[in-house]
Amino acid sequence: MEKLSWLEIFMSIIGQFTPVWIVMAIIFTLSVMYKRRLGLYGRLFDSPVGMAGFGIVLFWVLTALLADFVVTHDPLSQVSGMKNKVPGTPVRGVDGTWYLLGGDNLARDVFSRMVMGARHVLSIAPVATAFAFMVGITLGLPAGYFGKRLDTFLSFLSNLVLAFPVILLFYLLVTPEIRITGIPIIMAAVLFLFPIVFVVLLWQSRYYTQPSKRNLFVSITLIIGLWAYSGLAFNADPLNVFYMDPNLLNVFVSVVFVNSPTVFRIVRGITLDIQTRDYVAAAQTRGEGAWYIMLWEILPNARGPLIVDFCLRIGYTTILLGTLGFFGLGVSPESPDWGSTINDGRKLLGIYPHPALPPTLALMSLVLGLNMLADGLREESLKD
Amino acid sequence: MLIFFAKRLSIMLLTAICLTFVVFFLTNLHPNLEKLAKQQASMRMTDVQVTSWLEKNGYARPVLIRYGEWLGIAPGWVLEGKDGTVTGRCINTRNKDTEPPRFCGILQGNFGFSTVFKEPVEVIVDRRLSLTGKLMFWVMVVMVPMALVIGVMAGMREGSRTDRSLSTFSIITTATPEYVSGVIFIVVFASSATGLRWFKGTATSAMDDITFANFTLPVMTMALYGMGYIARMTRASMAEVMTTQYIRTARLKGVKFHNIVLKHALRNALIAPFTVIMLQFPWLLTGVVIVETLFNYKGLGWTLVQAAGNNDVELLLSCSIVAVLVVLITQLISDIGYVYLNPRIRMS
Repeated sequence: MEKLSWLEIFMSIIGQFTPVWIVMAIIFTLSVMYKRRLGLYGRLFDSPVGMAGFGIVLFWVLTALLADFVVTHDPLSQVSGMKNKVPGTPVRGVDGTWYLLGGDNLARDVFSRMVMGARHVLSIAPVATAFAFMVGITLGLPAGYFGKRLDTFLSFLSNLVLAFPVILLFYLLVTPEIRITGIPIIMAAVLFLFPIVFVVLLWQSRYYTQPSKRNLFVSITLIIGLWAYSGLAFNADPLNVFYMDPNLLNVFVSVVFVNSPTVFRIVRGITLDIQTRDYVAAAQTRGEGAWYIMLWEILPNARGPLIVDFCLRIGYTTILLGTLGFFGLGVSPESPDWGSTINDGRKLLGIYPHPALPPTLALMSLVLGLNMLADGLREESLKD
Repeated sequence: MLIFFAKRLSIMLLTAICLTFVVFFLTNLHPNLEKLAKQQASMRMTDVQVTSWLEKNGYARPVLIRYGEWLGIAPGWVLEGKDGTVTGRCINTRNKDTEPPRFCGILQGNFGFSTVFKEPVEVIVDRRLSLTGKLMFWVMVVMVPMALVIGVMAGMREGSRTDRSLSTFSIITTATPEYVSGVIFIVVFASSATGLRWFKGTATSAMDDITFANFTLPVMTMALYGMGYIARMTRASMAEVMTTQYIRTARLKGVKFHNIVLKHALRNALIAPFTVIMLQFPWLLTGVVIVETLFNYKGLGWTLVQAAGNNDVELLLSCSIVAVLVVLITQLISDIGYVYLNPRIRMS
């Protein structure tokens, strides 16, 4: 069989992404049709930068979701004779299949690994960022609202974590030895409690005057929350639905830990600012509880900057995960995530650049897309 | 001012003590010590032997006391063996004649002995730090002026075509972490793939002699990532200053545009970026580790990776202290500089 030319490689790659293009086209048409009714999300389509950013992010999200239909080969299987082959080499022994972006130094398909890497990265980064936000919000709101000793103490703690060089923290926290001591589990036990506390406070402050409604919501939250909590933090889920690989837990906890102080600082700053507004004073005169004011008066009005920062922070978390993979920390050596693939590829960079380039470009485009999305959102939310 | 300074300094000291204790605690966890014992004595030690090795070498005591000893505020341990030989933290095995000091921690200048490089830690850190210092210096020389120029150019006419293209450029650089841009640079400028062999793909030779060919890629890789962020901050601050009343007054008075930018706007616009540049140091530390590993430049970042990878507890501790101190000192400078530059804060 013939080797593919560059144009043919390009066309085949576009062709492989067909399912992604179809779904993207549907989402874009629907969104543009109904953009006036979709609030901030709809207005995103008025700004070219925001729309481009949203497009890139959507592309990677869909790739991650539909990865099974996009890949050409199994990302972990090795085909003999395909070691370090250049892009477009036909697979030996199988007619009509090619290694579109070549083979890596273990004779695996670079293209499929890049596509599967998207799933790895996008299944950790947004969730870890969301957890960091829960922690940051749950601590930042009272720190800003109550002030005084609580604020001094929490600010000192957050500055302590922020003064730690990130890379050093990772080297200390994400090692196989530390798992024996149980420190990651303790950290997970503390950090994973915050989302539950956050949601329970949300219901309690809103519905404490309607006990029947409150009891229903709080008990549903507690049942689902504690069930997931037991599985994720202690790996003790009785039904084995929630489970986290100990390696992954370690990485996840460290990333949440590193991100939450910055979120805390942002939330605290915004709270200090919004606290002086009239509607907060009005709520106080009405005799609303402190948590009601924080969660249902201040937080909704702080959503603009928080959404923007959320997008930026997912990008930053992606970079952090890549850094971890680059140093081979906390991920299994087979894993197709982008950081480890770059690390594998860099050793032979001078001779075979093709295994390292696709994941670098993928990571760069995703982070770029998130940054542009954040810029678009900021621009549109400022127009209010 | 003096009270402010003292307050800052005391908070910094407290932070330093907390952080060093955390690092000490994490590097001295039991599994790490066990590994150390096996590395130092024999890989096939039983658990009992490991315990006795740890006891003999003073590791089997509470972590707070050992932290005090390491810091130099608690007397070093002394242990008399069954055969009458006295061993201890401060007892030098080579020089038996002099009376051993009671305290020997980092406050007395005793940083310990590296098990990987077989040298006193202070010698290693000193040498590696100067190498990293050179790298940092050139990164700053490239990064700061470029970032400020880009930011000011973009911010002085908000929304113009220059602004749009420069802002896009800075977004792209912030989206490209060092391990991505470094790899791309090596492929484009230093591999046989494109045929442009302008620079070298490693910076090992730059440790003795810095040349344009071997130092450009590492410096550019680091400078680019940090640059975008500083440029965006400068742009935002410049754009804000350009909308203020006094600039409008100056324009209405008929002052030339370049005079407004250079004489009126610039000074006020550079207050915010100054803080950002200073706070950029912790980020640069991560960058240093990545770049030094990627380009095989054996500075402090490279040493940190080696120490962490080979469980060299004392070296890792000292590297961490240096990193933490760099961060804290830059924070202090940024706080003081901010007060100095911004008269509104000085009043209150």
